[in-house]
Amino acid sequence: MDASLVLIQFLNGMQLGVLLFLLASGLTLTFGIMDFVNLAHGSLYMIGAFFCASLTFWTGSFVWGLLLAIPCTALVGLAVELSVIRHLYARDHLDHVLATFGLILCFDTLTQLIWGPEGISVPLPDVLDGQVTLLPGIVFPTFRLVIILGGLLVAGGLYWLVNHTKLGMLIRAGASNRTMVGALGIDIQTLFTAVFALGAVLAGLAGMLIAPITEASIGMGNEIIITAFVVIIVGGIGSMKGAFIAALLIGLIDTMGRSFLDDLFKLVMSTEAAETSAPAVSAMLIYILMAVVLAIRPQGLFPPKVR
Amino acid sequence: MADVSTTDPAGGARKLSVASWFMVACLVALAVIPVAIYAGGNAFWLDIATRLVVLSIAAVSLNLILGFGGMVSFGHAAYLGIGAYCVGIPTYHALFGEFELIATNSGIFHVILAVIVSAVFALITGAICLRTKGVYFIMITMAFGQMIFYLFVSLETYGADDGLVITSRSEIPGIDMDNPLAFYFLCYGSLLAVIYLVHRIVNSRFGMVIQGAKGNEDRMRSLGYSTYVYRLAAYVIAGAICGYAGALLGNFTSFISPDMMDWAASGELMFMVILGGTSMVFGPVIGAALFLLLEQLLSAFTVHWHLPFGIMLILTVLFVKGGISGLLARMGRSNG
Amino acid sequence: MASTLLETQELQKRFGGVTATDHVSLQVEEGECHAVIGPNGAGKTTLIAQLSGMLAPDAGTILFNGKNITQLTAQRRSHMGLARSFQITSVFMGLTVLDNVALAVQAHTGHSFHFWRPARQDQALRAPAMEMLEKVRLQDRANDLASEMSHGERRQLEIAMALATGPHLMLLDEPMAGMGPEETARMVETLKSLDGITMLLVEHDMDAVFALADRISVMVYGRLIATGSPAEVRANEEVRQAYLGEAA
Ligand SMILES: Nc1ncnc2c1ncn2[C@@H]1O[C@H](COP(=O)(O)OP(=O)(O)OP(=O)(O)O)[C@@H](O)[C@H]1O
Ligand SMILES: [Mg+2]
Repeated sequence: MDASLVLIQFLNGMQLGVLLFLLASGLTLTFGIMDFVNLAHGSLYMIGAFFCASLTFWTGSFVWGLLLAIPCTALVGLAVELSVIRHLYARDHLDHVLATFGLILCFDTLTQLIWGPEGISVPLPDVLDGQVTLLPGIVFPTFRLVIILGGLLVAGGLYWLVNHTKLGMLIRAGASNRTMVGALGIDIQTLFTAVFALGAVLAGLAGMLIAPITEASIGMGNEIIITAFVVIIVGGIGSMKGAFIAALLIGLIDTMGRSFLDDLFKLVMSTEAAETSAPAVSAMLIYILMAVVLAIRPQGLFPPKVR
Repeated sequence: MADVSTTDPAGGARKLSVASWFMVACLVALAVIPVAIYAGGNAFWLDIATRLVVLSIAAVSLNLILGFGGMVSFGHAAYLGIGAYCVGIPTYHALFGEFELIATNSGIFHVILAVIVSAVFALITGAICLRTKGVYFIMITMAFGQMIFYLFVSLETYGADDGLVITSRSEIPGIDMDNPLAFYFLCYGSLLAVIYLVHRIVNSRFGMVIQGAKGNEDRMRSLGYSTYVYRLAAYVIAGAICGYAGALLGNFTSFISPDMMDWAASGELMFMVILGGTSMVFGPVIGAALFLLLEQLLSAFTVHWHLPFGIMLILTVLFVKGGISGLLARMGRSNG
Repeated sequence: MASTLLETQELQKRFGGVTATDHVSLQVEEGECHAVIGPNGAGKTTLIAQLSGMLAPDAGTILFNGKNITQLTAQRRSHMGLARSFQITSVFMGLTVLDNVALAVQAHTGHSFHFWRPARQDQALRAPAMEMLEKVRLQDRANDLASEMSHGERRQLEIAMALATGPHLMLLDEPMAGMGPEETARMVETLKSLDGITMLLVEHDMDAVFALADRISVMVYGRLIATGSPAEVRANEEVRQAYLGEAA
């Protein structure tokens, strides 16, 4: 294990963590405020990626593609909220889970019908496509660095939104006291719709940012959404701060585990044993972390104070 | 086992007759129709029926915790996978050597292994999941299911995400597992046994406790019940039964892969339970049947059958309360 | 003088800025019916929740029969002889009346890891359950679903369930809540007939309280402001101002 590899994997872990935060923040908002569980959150991530891909080809620029994909994803979020989601708020979680599971099936098939079964790779402009030299001898892809910085920027924006704006005040009031929001004369239904659309945009943005690295593909949201669940479970469902810290933690642990666990294992066991067991353990690492956190704190690391 | 358990036996006296006749009719149909078609030279429907019966066992086990215990587990397919790999891995080693301890084709061993490993996994994960409630429980069961999924994806020896071919089925004395009819009746008999077992459990003292804890856990604790241990026991029983179903499934498909325990598979199991209705032990069998029929029908029209299926799922949730057996129960009530 | 069955010392519970139980020290004597009255939001339900073990106090101790039970779980306390009824009716709607009570009996007849024998044919559960139903005069409705009962009958059922656990002390959270005058009278009669069982009764219905209580404690904003015989409490100036005044 040399230091430069550790630094690079650290940054890769940060990049994953930031994406996880974009997904988890929307989940935790919809849960904290509407008490709603959205399995189809990963579908919005996928939709964001596909919109971004198409719009990048249409405009000829990834930046424009991304900027235009954001309102498109918001519209999809709105449509879903208005047609299905809002009828479910009053139902129990089992109904949320089943209906949004149905939504996933619809989204996956519709996406396939529109964009075809193959993934679409998204080209980056030259400025973003290169590498930057961080330290002498250590280079890192520019775009990944952009993801990290962009994600942190969004996190800062969310922090500001939740803590210093009227919408944020409503969000916090909604999370702690529904009737109070009603008493303030604010239309709670509109608030819910807005929050859902915001969550959709955040998830879509994560998809847009990852698309140039992986590619936009059918079902891409269905794997990462579970990791995002682990994030909000560990962080404490409903807590923005918890989502942020847990997202970075899990991004780092997952990435570092996959790259360095076999080296660690080799210190205590034979090379052969390490090479067979390390992949298995690193595949389960974040779930083991989740189990440990829950065993100690069933409500997660930062449970929201008022629910 | 003429009577089906219901959560409310009083109304039961009336609706029991409708529901239990329906159940008997279904079970007889399951024993006769696929076999008759098979005898007529068409093997396809026996295949479907075998899958139906095996998935029904899994769904009935899920309903024990979901319907009767109120534990919304979204990771139940993991046990199907565990059970299947408990067949696949020993037969793999029986063929290619290593791990002599478990290398065998013995079906009895496979089943015992599947049940024990599933029970242990349920015990460990259940002990953690059941400390939490509501959404936490749903997501954590889902995450643990996915953990097992990734575990098998990472196991190169057993084919990773390409899966593993089971070259020879489990050997059970007295049963020719390669004969489709014999195998079908093994599965069918297992389903009857599992329905009866769950029926007895649900109506026993233990069953009353888990149903009470579903209704109002605080009430149960103030009556003096340590609900946690009873729920955990139910969780373990359900996992063990589903592990058994997994062992059958592994034998049936002869090809196993992590995909069978993907969370989409758990979602399908859950859908079967809800569709069939959670208030009767037998309900999930109807749900599984409807699910497989739907799958056949829709996929005959279009390869994109997930779309109409997804829409139906959403509409079911929005408009049908209590699923099919809930409908049946309501029918029985208004008739009676 | 009878001995003290239940005692709280400086019991404290806060919810954010609200102090729901503020240094509450209370004694319930063996055999008495001790009423706790107070306006809405005074903290009566919170007190019962702490006594029954559903809520952990922030500070203070609870003694039952001289033993410190502050840290014990609700189920342990139930087995020591503490039973409670809930302000919001908590019966099992999907079960019959008899099943409801049988479930309560079952909690106190050994463990429930019996997976095979049908519980509904178990005379060891059914017979005592029927007896409890007779005590609250619901025996005729034994086989009806709890969901088919009237509100008043469900409240009676709730009492039968608490009784079925064989309690020394019953914590009753507004058993008459939402009842008409006739149902209330029936409930008063039921509770009167349960001699030998100590009761901590939270109730808003003053007629019922004065009919049943041997002693009354008055709770306002989480604090006990007075304890005494019904006559003493009625005469207490502070109580009149804080509570009875506005009720009258
Ligand atoms: N779980 C909780 N979280 C936050 N605040 C609570 C909680 N439970 C009770 N409170 C608050 O504590 C105070 C006391 O409530 P409690 O229910 O004990 O009152 P009460 O005397 O039973 O009232 P009532 O006569 O209406 O039943 C109230 O201000 C209530 O809002
Ligand atoms: Mg109260």
